[in-house]
Amino acid sequence: MATQHSRSAARLMMAPAVVLLLGWMLVPLSMTLWFSFRKFLPLRGGDQGFVGFDNYVRFISSSSFWPAVQTTLVIVLGVLIITIVFGVLLAMLLDQPIWGQGIVRILIIAPFFVMPTVSALVWKNIFMDPVNGLLAHLWRAFGADPVVWLTDVPVYSIVMILSWQWLPFATLILLTAIQSLDGEQLEASEMDGAGFLSRFIYIILPHLSRAITIVILIQTIFLLSIFAEIFVTTGGAFGTRTLTYLIFQRVLESQNVGLGSAGGVYAIILANIVAIFLMRIVGKNLDA
Amino acid sequence: MARAVTKQRKTLNTLVAWAVGLLIFFPILWTILTSFKTEAQAINDPPLFLFFDWTLENYGVVQERSDYMRFLWNSIILAGGSTLLGILVAVPAAWSMAFVPSKRTKDILLWMLSTKMLPAVGVLYPIYLLFIELGLLDSRVGLTIVLMLINLPIIVWMLYTYFREIPGEILEAARMDGASLREEILYVLTPMAIPGIASTILLNFILAWNEAFWTLNLTAAKAAPLTAFIASYSSPEGLFYAKLSAASTMAIAPILILGWFSQKQLVRGLTFGAVK
Amino acid sequence: MHPKKSLLTATALALVTGGAAFAETITIATVNNGDMIRMQGYTDQFTEATGIEVEWVTLEENVLRQRVTTDITTKGGQFDIMTIGMYETPIWGANGWLVPLDDLSAEYDVDDILPALRSGLSHDGTLYAAPFYGESSMVMYRTDLMEKAGLEMPTAPTWQFIREAAAAMDDPANDINGVCLRGKAGWGEGGAFITVTANSFGARWFDEDWNAQFDQPEWKAALDFYVSLMNDYGPDGYATNGFNENLSLFQQGKCGMWIDATVAASFVTNPNDSTVADHVGFALAPNSEGVEKRSNWLWAWALGIPAGTQKEAAAKQFIEWATSKDYIELVAANEGWANVPPGARTSLYETPEYAEVPFAQMTLDSINAADPTDPTVKPVPYIGIQFVAIPEFAGIATEVSQEFSAAYAGQQSVDEALAKAQDITNEAMEAAGYR
Repeated sequence: MATQHSRSAARLMMAPAVVLLLGWMLVPLSMTLWFSFRKFLPLRGGDQGFVGFDNYVRFISSSSFWPAVQTTLVIVLGVLIITIVFGVLLAMLLDQPIWGQGIVRILIIAPFFVMPTVSALVWKNIFMDPVNGLLAHLWRAFGADPVVWLTDVPVYSIVMILSWQWLPFATLILLTAIQSLDGEQLEASEMDGAGFLSRFIYIILPHLSRAITIVILIQTIFLLSIFAEIFVTTGGAFGTRTLTYLIFQRVLESQNVGLGSAGGVYAIILANIVAIFLMRIVGKNLDA
Repeated sequence: MARAVTKQRKTLNTLVAWAVGLLIFFPILWTILTSFKTEAQAINDPPLFLFFDWTLENYGVVQERSDYMRFLWNSIILAGGSTLLGILVAVPAAWSMAFVPSKRTKDILLWMLSTKMLPAVGVLYPIYLLFIELGLLDSRVGLTIVLMLINLPIIVWMLYTYFREIPGEILEAARMDGASLREEILYVLTPMAIPGIASTILLNFILAWNEAFWTLNLTAAKAAPLTAFIASYSSPEGLFYAKLSAASTMAIAPILILGWFSQKQLVRGLTFGAVK
Repeated sequence: MHPKKSLLTATALALVTGGAAFAETITIATVNNGDMIRMQGYTDQFTEATGIEVEWVTLEENVLRQRVTTDITTKGGQFDIMTIGMYETPIWGANGWLVPLDDLSAEYDVDDILPALRSGLSHDGTLYAAPFYGESSMVMYRTDLMEKAGLEMPTAPTWQFIREAAAAMDDPANDINGVCLRGKAGWGEGGAFITVTANSFGARWFDEDWNAQFDQPEWKAALDFYVSLMNDYGPDGYATNGFNENLSLFQQGKCGMWIDATVAASFVTNPNDSTVADHVGFALAPNSEGVEKRSNWLWAWALGIPAGTQKEAAAKQFIEWATSKDYIELVAANEGWANVPPGARTSLYETPEYAEVPFAQMTLDSINAADPTDPTVKPVPYIGIQFVAIPEFAGIATEVSQEFSAAYAGQQSVDEALAKAQDITNEAMEAAGYR
């Protein structure tokens, strides 16, 4: 249906968004690339010239690099698994007829609105504090020794906080998807004597695959760049340093912009590998 | 797929669902409750649930220390401004992608989304230097633009999925009737897309409201929103749970209320139109 | 002094500097410590007297550092006054990023600033930031628990005595920990504490050729002692406790002893906030038996003016007001002498009313005992007690203290932590071109 005229009009209309994003990507990206090849120490006289690939070599050979990549992946995967598993279960529960469904939905969606900084502060202090935290009170009430969340199980604590923030998102998307499932098909399979498990595996799960893909895509984008949750709770100690956090330490704490920029380039590469991988699945699933 | 079930089954489901709902909501509820306690009550063992002397003292202290309204106003302007600006840029783009798709449309969309994966902290220095150059530091204009750019990929993506649901025949019919491109967008497309646009606005308002890296690092006094407000309440001296709770409640209340009132649209928005 | 009188003084001050004629607004970045928040409350008086409006940007310490450092290194010009410490001031001053405070008025009496602070906030003899308050570290202990344990705290205890006392006061059944100390990662938190502890065991960060010294026995002795002391008698989760966490524990009566900043003395003896206000005693920070250096640091929160600000005159006026003798008297008149910003001026310690404050003398003695040019037993190539005054230190020490915190939390052994610290430090010093 598209005429030559509408094609050029379409390009014109797409132009502002594309140009803006291109600028937003290219300007900082080229500056990052530029800095990454220079010895740039703001506290030591600033830009001190070209150093070739020194920063790249130094960043990747530092003992903190691979653990940081690993932590990043553990956190992202951990949150994805928890939110999707519990999201599916919750969605199936909420899909059943219950009294006060609207209110329950409101309760469940609430954490999504909470600022990451606030959520991290509240969890760290009011809940996870080993002396005055609510969880410590609870543990003691049962005569148990309080868990020191942020040092005993630091990565899991952060995964828990993040899962709390993102579970509402996953649940809501999955709930919407499940509600569109054809009831008759389910009933028919039920009459055929299919048990709950086989119904779940052969009918519900395939139906949800598209929604699950969306959850994975969007959450990964946001989880790769989490910062406040780590900054507030552990400050990167106890093996909770993600790649983003490592770059933050290089740029702001060590004031080594060149080294941090090289880290930034690595992070961009990693993000793009993940992105391409994700886009493949998502692209396929979205077309269907 | 809701089906008729027995009453016992429904009661059981209701109980479980409420229990889970309350459990998930509990941290927020507890924060709100704590904000009405004194500092000593806030750490009382055993914890005090409802029966304590409710006090507004913490809110008074927080308000006296930091002028809440100023931060709130900045948050509203930044989140609102960046969302509207984003919509203005994104609607035409999403329209053309949805109705005049080319071979590269999908690539462009995916590329847009991938720009969101760049680690913000890596480009803090470049952006900061750029902002100095342009005189945009601590200005609402500068921050509005940054927030708009951060969320633009999501806005375009969401609108695109909504627009794609609109059958192309309607547009063709309008065109047959001699509607210009502008009229087509304004009178045919937009009304049909209103629900989608509404949920897009909502979701992006929330995302912009909660953005804490750029809003903290590119502002000082004039343009600082609620994310900066809360940054002065983490770990002050002495007992601070009650004050922290009051400040937290003040920071999240507006968006929480907005979110609750509009959760239906939001649910739709969150699904990116990809889930029907 | 009556607030009204201080108002008059401020007016006089304004007339002297001649900035009262037109309304200006200065932006001040500050840390969310109690004394600074109190100062914000009195800002109105400054504005009334001078016509200069003040906008506050109050941030938590870590966020503040990140924010002001970005701004000063890029010459962003977002702030007219920055709250900085003894670590930043000489480095920034040397780079020419701060306005020299060499023309302060006669009434301000710059010679009244405690010499240790003044030299720490100067570069090449020029003052670059005026101290709002100064601190060292000392032992704060519960006199009632000490008595119950049948012990007496010497004025100058050793670490060995601290351990003995901690064992005697530790009472898990009643929620009392023998001793509370900082373990939180971060160069200004646990990093500072373990560095001064190491000093008092005779350890040092670098030898004269800038080689890291974490492979030396003194460091191992210090860290081993700290870890075993805290594991035996410290609170749960001490690896995440910083100044604020410990303050809150001590105020709730959950610590027998607490070794930390001298400014905490006014908080733990304030009956409004502290449940143990009447039972707090003070002693010098400990040393290890046979080591002459004690584990007390020296720090000041100070106000500096970034070079290039358009409002230098107004900013100077504010600094003169906020760090003046009059401001101290203003706070004393309204909140009592115990609550004035301590540790910055000699005259404060000559005030008879202040001499009655129980922690005044101990604070002064602790500050005077700290010598940034001679922090430990062996010679060092650097200046600084709980820090090394080089730009790279903040980054290095934060990472090192993260390794230490991981050892406190039991995630790795002391030996592993020290080995990693050694690598991190040498790696970074090499990158910076020291070695």
